Amino acid sequence: MLHYAISRLLWLVPTLLAMALVTFLVMHATPGSPLDPVAEGANPLSPEGQKALAAYYGLDKPLWEQFAIFVGKAVRGDFGFSFVYKTRTVAEILRETFPVSLFLGSMALVLAVVGGLTLGVLAAIHQNRGWDYVSVSLATVGVAVPNFVLAVFLIIIFSFLLPLFPTGGWDSPRDWVLPTVTLALAPMGIIARFTRASMLEVIRADFTLTARAKGLAEGPVIFKHALKNALIPIVTLLGPLFAAVGTGSFFVESIFRVPGMGRFFVLSMTGRDYPMIMAVVLTYGVFLAVMNLVVDLAYGALDPRIRY
Amino acid sequence: MARWTPGSDINVTAGPRPLADPDAIRAPSPLAADVPARGSSLWRDGVRRLRRNRLAMAGGVVIVLLCLIAIFADVLAPLPYTKTNFGRLNEAPSRAYPLGTDQLGRDLLSRMIYGARVSMLVGLGAQLIIVAIGVPIGALSGFVGGRTDLALTRFIDVMYAFPRLLFVILVMSMLGAGLTNIFIAIGLTGWVGIARQTRAQVLSIKQKEYVEGARALGSRAGRLLFRHVLPNALTPIVVAVTFGIPEAIFTEAALSFIGVGINPPTPSWGQMVGEGQQYIRSYWHLCVFPSIAIAVTMLAFTFFGDGVRDALDPKMK
Repeated sequence: MLHYAISRLLWLVPTLLAMALVTFLVMHATPGSPLDPVAEGANPLSPEGQKALAAYYGLDKPLWEQFAIFVGKAVRGDFGFSFVYKTRTVAEILRETFPVSLFLGSMALVLAVVGGLTLGVLAAIHQNRGWDYVSVSLATVGVAVPNFVLAVFLIIIFSFLLPLFPTGGWDSPRDWVLPTVTLALAPMGIIARFTRASMLEVIRADFTLTARAKGLAEGPVIFKHALKNALIPIVTLLGPLFAAVGTGSFFVESIFRVPGMGRFFVLSMTGRDYPMIMAVVLTYGVFLAVMNLVVDLAYGALDPRIRY
Repeated sequence: MARWTPGSDINVTAGPRPLADPDAIRAPSPLAADVPARGSSLWRDGVRRLRRNRLAMAGGVVIVLLCLIAIFADVLAPLPYTKTNFGRLNEAPSRAYPLGTDQLGRDLLSRMIYGARVSMLVGLGAQLIIVAIGVPIGALSGFVGGRTDLALTRFIDVMYAFPRLLFVILVMSMLGAGLTNIFIAIGLTGWVGIARQTRAQVLSIKQKEYVEGARALGSRAGRLLFRHVLPNALTPIVVAVTFGIPEAIFTEAALSFIGVGINPPTPSWGQMVGEGQQYIRSYWHLCVFPSIAIAVTMLAFTFFGDGVRDALDPKMK
């Protein structure tokens, strides 16, 4: 177990380096330079001015050297100044926006887990009856329909037809509702589908039959015996769910005007804000890789049948 | 306790982790009984089972309709998608414009009809590229084994760890907007899943007795791979492709929504939602109709894909 954990941790390093390298190369192969004027049709900088700027930002060094410098600094959390917001460092911007995204993502994840488990258990208990159809339909819609499309429908229903929630913003808890629900629907659908399948399998297992045979009431059978065992495979879903919530936040944050990292990423794309792009991609990458590792280890600890 | 090496945790049959198939557990299928013993192949049985699945067939009908709309867009659209009418901007649906007009006074219905063309092209075209890259890499990795496998698996794992949509956006920003570039971006990033699946499948089939038998009879590697291994590895690939189509359609819509997808004035549903949602308070029709189109398309492909998986999954038999 320890050996497994350590070798997985060590493999994180080359994975992240490769990720950084790919991002770095793609960014530099991109047409358009941060030395070009920001405004459209503006006069370009004089060659001397461009040279001075390039030297200031270290863009005149050979590529491999730029990459080495970048990695050396990134390890210490220093991503340099943003090219677009020239007076602010990337670290500053991330410190401000990451908590917002993390907060939104955590709320969505909690809602997804609670809602998904409830729907899945309901569906399994009432297999092929009313509740099953309701929860399977909800799950299918959540998984299949992109979240920016769901956002449009939710705004139409809950902001216009029933004026319950605002169409955007991030000031009061009322603003949090629609973005959270939109972001939660897809992972909720995934969890509901897996919980249903997993519960159905466990409900038919011999140990559930034993629990029933010794005269336990339905409640303890479902919650103490069935759900506890059905939960184990669902833990493995959490890794992909973090990814779904992470990338989903670009769209949700843009539509509902949430001042989070996802919205900044979309803005930094068009501004060719290299340091910002690298930092956001790596932050997501590190976060997802670490989460996947935690999930895999937790899975091994939870299920005594798994040996590494 | 086995040492962990790259790829060693890729379970041969079920992907990276022992995960229950969400739909593997169903009520006992009444269809299993009436599969005839003679003249039946996996594919013929699959088609028969698919035909009985009403939801999947409904999805199939919608898909055929969408393809027809895409092919005959020039005939079906009442107006060219670039035809502007600056006298009638952002108009709500009316008799002259059944779905209203957009910010430039263009007919929304016509633009949606042409939008189907983009979605269908991306859905099918990107899958061709993904299969052309992913299947050979996966097959090579699984069939040759050894150091080749280790190197390829490591490469695949790194690609897999990359947040997919992020990578597509990165590649698009490098290539610039446009339909061809969308194909390339989705193809470059999407082959990983299918390569993993092919590798796992080839690894397990390689061990089967009939392959060993063919090898014992003196078959060469090429014949083994193309005659015996790959044809039997096909079902999960077909299922992966059916689910890959809506994913590609989603990716195009998402890219166009952000503004790095299709070049204007070519209409794309995702782009129409992206532009329209800014005016949702004043002109609801601008984003609602394309949203409905995306939702219906995605659901149709999902239902059809679920049906194909259930029909071809040997575990159902």
